[in-house]
Amino acid sequence: MPGAEFGADVRSHDSTGVIDLHGEINLGADQALGAAYERAVQDDPSTVVLNFADVDYINSTGIALIVGLLARARKEHRTVRAFGLSEHYRQIFAITRLSDFMGIYADEDSAVSATVST
Amino acid sequence: MTTIPSNLRRVLRREPRVRPSTEPVAAPPERVEAPPVEIAPNDPLVAYFSGATGAVDIGALQLDSPALEGLREAGIKLVVPLVSQGELIGLLNLGPRRSEQEYSADDRKLLNDLAGHAAPAVRVAQLVREQEAEVRQRERIEQELRVAQLIQQQFLPEELPNLSGWEFAAFYGPAREVGGDFYDFIKLPEGQLGIVVGDVTDKGVPAALVMATTHSILRAEAPRLIAPSEVLTRVNNLLVDEMPAHMFVTCLYAVLNPETGQLRYANAGHNVPYVSNVSTEGGVTELRATGMPLGLLPEMEYEEKEATLAPGDTVLLHSDGLAEAHNTRREMFGFPRVASLTGEASDGEVLIDRLLKELQDFVGPEVEQEDDITLVTLGRRAAGGAPAQAPDAPGGAERQLAAFEVASEPGNERLAIDQVAEAVAGLGLDGPRLERLKTAVGEATMNAIEHGNGNRPELPVVVSVVADDTDVTVRITDQGGERVLPEVETPDLEAKLAGLQTPRGWGLFLIQNMVDRLETTVDQHHHTIELTMHLKEAPDARS
Repeated sequence: MPGAEFGADVRSHDSTGVIDLHGEINLGADQALGAAYERAVQDDPSTVVLNFADVDYINSTGIALIVGLLARARKEHRTVRAFGLSEHYRQIFAITRLSDFMGIYADEDSAVSATVST
Repeated sequence: MTTIPSNLRRVLRREPRVRPSTEPVAAPPERVEAPPVEIAPNDPLVAYFSGATGAVDIGALQLDSPALEGLREAGIKLVVPLVSQGELIGLLNLGPRRSEQEYSADDRKLLNDLAGHAAPAVRVAQLVREQEAEVRQRERIEQELRVAQLIQQQFLPEELPNLSGWEFAAFYGPAREVGGDFYDFIKLPEGQLGIVVGDVTDKGVPAALVMATTHSILRAEAPRLIAPSEVLTRVNNLLVDEMPAHMFVTCLYAVLNPETGQLRYANAGHNVPYVSNVSTEGGVTELRATGMPLGLLPEMEYEEKEATLAPGDTVLLHSDGLAEAHNTRREMFGFPRVASLTGEASDGEVLIDRLLKELQDFVGPEVEQEDDITLVTLGRRAAGGAPAQAPDAPGGAERQLAAFEVASEPGNERLAIDQVAEAVAGLGLDGPRLERLKTAVGEATMNAIEHGNGNRPELPVVVSVVADDTDVTVRITDQGGERVLPEVETPDLEAKLAGLQTPRGWGLFLIQNMVDRLETTVDQHHHTIELTMHLKEAPDARS
């Protein structure tokens, strides 16, 4: 299968769970993304931030995975924010209205500080 | 009805009791073959012998039978019918006994036993002989077929014409009993090209020989006379005298001027050619001209007509082995179906492949091809060989940038994305438009792999990329047949986030929002999604 395999690292930034996403978000990312979310919410943060800076491809299945993650976070009363999206994927998040339910920020600091100030 | 093999209609009799006095007395008795006695199948003697249970005394028999009279004249006294499995297969005929005594009860018993043993052996011998005759007949027919095939193939063109701006394709599929189909391309003065498709009635060697004659006359006369009507008139007059009874030739003859696209044609009773007109978007026109088949009557006149082929037009010339093929329910493939498929064609080779595939699906694997099938296409292309549009079509001539296939395996949409991106690299699409096209191509290819081809790697997804002065279009075709795409709906994100709907279902919505135009076409076997992107953002388009 061509393209970069999906991977995710999890860290904490000012009590916010940050998930650094890598590679392609497609069907193959399902389990790894779910596991990363589990780790990110281990300390029960009120906000999870998704870092898309190292993501080069998101297909409609990947969109569905993000929708699923967002649905779960909302059920758990957590806020989800994102940064590092390319212009193209910003547009896709706007078209799909994901950005109505997920704050989109230019960089990590703005995403995290927005979280802190909330 | 019982018949008696001719070899058993001969009557053997013993040496006559009274020999000519010139023969030496001491000479050994000799067997004399009596003249044959013909027994007609409807002679009452046949029925009598069939029902007889043993040796029959001819002298005592009372029947109104010419054959009985014949047997008596031949000196036959006793006949023992040879019956095998209830069928009379021969007769054992005996003249008078040498002892001048009548045949005794022991003689009759011996003869009946002999007949009982001989009859099955004679039957076996007859069957073997019949089988040998059948084999020889079959071999003769096969040999004839091979000869017919050789003649036929000898006269088919070895290569297709190579004319700038034109594409030719041809298919010739002989039936097992080779028919008399033929086609030809004839170089004419001033760069013109003669195109012939014909069909001789009858099959086998006679049809092949008439085909060869017609072919030779056409080759000789076409460059001299040029005008299709005159050529057919001349060929007809020459053929009439040579044509065997009950045979004739149907023939379509056309002359193409490659420079202008002008096609002059005349038709001697052959199938009407169809033209797929790019200007009428799927419309088909027929090239009709009247005329009698060749070789029937002398001094026939042939109507001559003319058409001008526009860039993108494709003409199909076809023999009736295609349209008149039948399936197991004796339904005919039909001319309307041929016309309709021609209307959907954009390319001659693709059209021929499609027609043959549709025919195969229609008749099924069990049905043997009834008649020769000959298909010839000529298509007008833009200079340089790329597919063309009508001269007045917006955007000017369309040129192909790429055509490729990807196997139907998840993830292969990335291959399609990369190849399309490479193909459009020189078109000057700005970054955002290129990214949108790539996403649409990826989604449409995923859709084709998963839903059209069911993730079956052996089924290809076919991708073609074409562009004109204003647009780039990517066509993605799967083998999903008449699968109809659902209406594109805006997904209900609130419902998905609330867990009331599956998170999936974004593909088609994304595609539609990525490109400037989305169209789908389906036929019985294929499903094509067509993505068009303007090369430049329209002033009032999305930001």
